[in-house]
Amino acid sequence: MWNRRKDEEYTPPRTVASPPTSADLSKEGIPMSTLPGRISEPHVDHSPRGVAVLGKSVMVKGQIISREDLTIDGEVEGTVELQENRLTVGPNGRVSASVKAREIVVLGTIHGNVEATEKIDIRKEAKLVGDIKTQRIVIEDGAYFKGSIDITKPDVVKPPAPKPQPVAAPQPVPSPSGVSASAGEIKR
Amino acid sequence: MGILGNQPTPVGAGSQRPAQKPGSGASQPVADAHRRQSPGLDQFIACMREDDGLSILDLAGASQANVSFITNMGHRLYSDDIVHALDTAFGADGSFFENQTDAARVNAFISQTLDFPEANFGGALVWDTLQFLTAPLLQQTVDQLHHVMKPGASLLAFFHSDEKQKSIPVYSYRIEDPKTVLLVPKGRRREAQCVNNRNIEKMFSKFSSVKFFLTRDHLREVLVRR
Repeated sequence: MWNRRKDEEYTPPRTVASPPTSADLSKEGIPMSTLPGRISEPHVDHSPRGVAVLGKSVMVKGQIISREDLTIDGEVEGTVELQENRLTVGPNGRVSASVKAREIVVLGTIHGNVEATEKIDIRKEAKLVGDIKTQRIVIEDGAYFKGSIDITKPDVVKPPAPKPQPVAAPQPVPSPSGVSASAGEIKR
Repeated sequence: MGILGNQPTPVGAGSQRPAQKPGSGASQPVADAHRRQSPGLDQFIACMREDDGLSILDLAGASQANVSFITNMGHRLYSDDIVHALDTAFGADGSFFENQTDAARVNAFISQTLDFPEANFGGALVWDTLQFLTAPLLQQTVDQLHHVMKPGASLLAFFHSDEKQKSIPVYSYRIEDPKTVLLVPKGRRREAQCVNNRNIEKMFSKFSSVKFFLTRDHLREVLVRR
């Protein structure tokens, strides 16, 4: 039993770009109807960063911390934090939580305080009850909003003072966020 | 106090600029909207300029125009749709106006709509929302507004004065500039009562001053100082 589990651990993960063989499929018992697209055309992600999705039949209670864009179309109670990314609450999404993200787009319902470091977009038919803190806000006609709006000013980045040393130490080049982004984390 | 030439200007029928849907980004005209020169709003805005970083209460529902205008002045906006709240509190089961005498519903409405700390707001845009409240609830609401406003803060309210009409138009009021407000119709509804100047003075008797702006149309503007 232990040996068998060890073997499973060492099985190399299959990449999305290399489609599974028919033998693999029959072994795993995955219905063929879900995979024709994958087999005929390997999935290539053209977006700069991934988007995680909580479907409309999903309910989460607790804390969500994500380092990639997130779409919530189900129900969430607790807190949602996407410091550098975009949160979209879909038309079926119902969020009862305090929310922090770089950009927030609301098409569904949010009950809770919302903080967007860049922008919040409340679309037609959306409902938001809570206090908003953001740099920019867009409210479409037909949206329902109850709460306060606090517009924050963008942080002015001061240029670094010139150093008196003749030779400056080389600065490390930051990797693009889309490349270094790790998978979102859902804690229950 | 005098008659002011502030007849509403229908949008697209002679006004220079067609009304845009705020926030949508699209250049789509708002159907049946009209502009109104508002001396009451002009004075309200002048009062808001006296201080920085005020909290302003807007009870006619959130609109991009008002959010942008108020926040661009450096103030914080608290927005609520009091007509929507009235429908939620008193609309279900029985008569809308009779339900406004139900103490439990009244308390729930006040606590959900106007439960703020004392002297929280430096200004209140009430627009025409008070007309849908019957006498006891109306006075409770006005008293609560007095409680949540700072001394010296201004309140802008509109009252329709056409007694012959069975129902009055409901508008979304959007500030275009300090002197102009765009009225976007949201249907019609019965008002609780038609009030005259004496009623209004009595209604705001706790406030320090009430200023009327008579107009040629049937919308009376009132600026009240806490």
